[in-house]
Amino acid sequence: MAKEKAEVKDIDHSLYDFRYEEKDTDFYKIAEGLTPEIVMEISEKKGDPDWMRDFRLKSLEIYNKKQVPQWGPSIDGLDMNNIVTYVKPKTKMTADWEEVPQDIKETFDKLGIPQAERKSLAGVGAQYDSELVYHNLQQEVADQGVIYTDIESALHGPYADMIKDHFMHLVPPTDHKFAALHGAVWSGGSFVYVPKGVSVEIPLQSYFRLNAPGAGQFEHTLIIVDEGANLHFIEGCSAPKYNIANLHAGCVELYVGKNAKLRYSTIENWSKNMYNLNTKRAIVEEGGTMEWVSGSFGSHVSYLYPMTILQGANSRMDFTGVTFAGKGQNLDTGAKVVHNAPNTTSYISTRSISKDGGISTYRSSVVINNKAKNAKNSVSCQSLMLDDISRSDTIPAMDVRTQDADVGHEAKIGRISDDAVFYLMSRGISEEDARALIVSGFADSVSKALPLEYAVEMNNLIRLEMKGAIG
Amino acid sequence: MADLLNVKNLGVSVEDKEILHGVDLTVNKGETHVLMGPNGAGKSTLGNALMGNPLYHITKGQILFNGTDITAEPTDKRARLGMFLSFQNPLEVPGITLGNFIRSALQQRTGEHIRLWDFKKEMKKAMEILNMDPSYADRDLNVGFSGGEKKKAEILQLLMLKPSLAILDETDSGLDVDAVRTVSQGVEAYQKSMDGALIIITHSTRILEALKVDKTHVLVNGNMKAEGDASLVDRINNEGFESFLK
Repeated sequence: MAKEKAEVKDIDHSLYDFRYEEKDTDFYKIAEGLTPEIVMEISEKKGDPDWMRDFRLKSLEIYNKKQVPQWGPSIDGLDMNNIVTYVKPKTKMTADWEEVPQDIKETFDKLGIPQAERKSLAGVGAQYDSELVYHNLQQEVADQGVIYTDIESALHGPYADMIKDHFMHLVPPTDHKFAALHGAVWSGGSFVYVPKGVSVEIPLQSYFRLNAPGAGQFEHTLIIVDEGANLHFIEGCSAPKYNIANLHAGCVELYVGKNAKLRYSTIENWSKNMYNLNTKRAIVEEGGTMEWVSGSFGSHVSYLYPMTILQGANSRMDFTGVTFAGKGQNLDTGAKVVHNAPNTTSYISTRSISKDGGISTYRSSVVINNKAKNAKNSVSCQSLMLDDISRSDTIPAMDVRTQDADVGHEAKIGRISDDAVFYLMSRGISEEDARALIVSGFADSVSKALPLEYAVEMNNLIRLEMKGAIG
Repeated sequence: MADLLNVKNLGVSVEDKEILHGVDLTVNKGETHVLMGPNGAGKSTLGNALMGNPLYHITKGQILFNGTDITAEPTDKRARLGMFLSFQNPLEVPGITLGNFIRSALQQRTGEHIRLWDFKKEMKKAMEILNMDPSYADRDLNVGFSGGEKKKAEILQLLMLKPSLAILDETDSGLDVDAVRTVSQGVEAYQKSMDGALIIITHSTRILEALKVDKTHVLVNGNMKAEGDASLVDRINNEGFESFLK
């Protein structure tokens, strides 16, 4: 008989799992659940301007009216009455790493932040639970006129009007229930403004860490890349594992100006008790380019479909994503694109891997409106199932309303080929390494799109995930 | 024991169907053996079984390599002991370049770090023997290679990994005259410079023209039917397998 296949173990999450025992007096924590009083209290704590307080209360009303989505993975395990919406760490935001409290500092140090900053980043923001604890931008980038700050400061500074004009305009609270929730209780996140013609040569990064048990994280990221400007923004997320559900309902709004270019990269490795209901959306003006690079490794349930609106002629979008669903994970990921102008181009390429009963679903929506003459779209999604108990689904939707669009779709679902494993082993590579090599190769299109350090991190995640005893 | 490879009464089945019914084969250091036989005789089965392909089940007998019983050893261990199989249809593996793949295979084999500079120099030389464009070293393993380039890449791996026994499974099939000559040059370099032993599974004799052949075996219906020297190749060339089928 053929010998047993390599058994693939669960991801080693220990790097992300460590945490300091915290006393309740260590941080300010708002009561569980969701009421107008709680929303008012968050607003007061944060010193919102009046319009924002009203916006929160209005969003809460919408939240209460909206239904939970019925078309995706079950989120029955998520009880909003048990989620703490606001946890303020015991510290103020600082631009000096030394001033960050020791335990929080060590947590981020272990995650490689801000070493990453010293090595390869132009600026770093680090959020711990509901608030940013550290924010720094390299002087030379600041001198170019680039703004990179937390949203709360921006709400009161010289960019207050810009925030007001853009905040939740792309993703209105009426969009869906969790967008409304976000509007009501959002906290933390980053604001980036890149002025006309400025090219930021090295990436900016925000790192989100959710440490408190039973809490929700609702950070808001707002990025405006002005005409002809260029930016690469990287987002990383992790959380230690608790036995109770945690919730992440962040919101990302990206405005890409005329002939501007934005690349938005994410390596997400939430713990496997996390409900990741995140909304990301970009609008691209004439000749602009939006590039998404997305690695989804963690969470218990994910709903994640970054959306791009190609609003201006000749604008383009590239989406490259990899999703790895292991035991107990149901990851529903994909992308959306709306072509609203002539000669717009979009390319979606995804890879999903499932093992140990994990469920990975690719879901996409491509809309080409009648104004989008000569639009081009191509979708390629490939899935790899590592065993017989895992599942992989592909749900692509297309809505084409013009005659002269060029639309293509390709989907492939496969398994690791025994022949390929034998081939690699016949050169002296161990079975475990052969399998890891094949899976890494499968996700190669994503790692190639990442800066080297992140590509290495992603390959390490895959290797850890693939490590296992040979039967 | 002086024998490099010693196959004793080997039975092999695939999906519960017995293909080899008790095959004996002895290969000494540096010898070149040719394995011929009609389609479906079990030639590739023997190659796969020798290399430990898990889809091929050993039902009886033994495989000794350098005196060690490797009948139950996994493929990667056999490779590290010095065995090599050139595939009939080499697989495409995206995500790793041909060059990096050979280097990491070498490192796993020897357990030693191989300096990139030395490696690149040696690789360049080997690619020259095979008329391979150096850019192939930086392309993903076999991805988008033509049939001929895939076969050359196999022989490149042979020259770089320097096994003591190489099994070539129809390396010449599907190649044009020039490509067969090039591949044959690579095999000759392996024979001469490394004193490498070979089991060449083939239908045609073109690949053998420039090579010194020590022994020829004829496999029919899962049994060894004849054994001889290089002249047996010529006989088969002229008469076919007809006389061995009885």
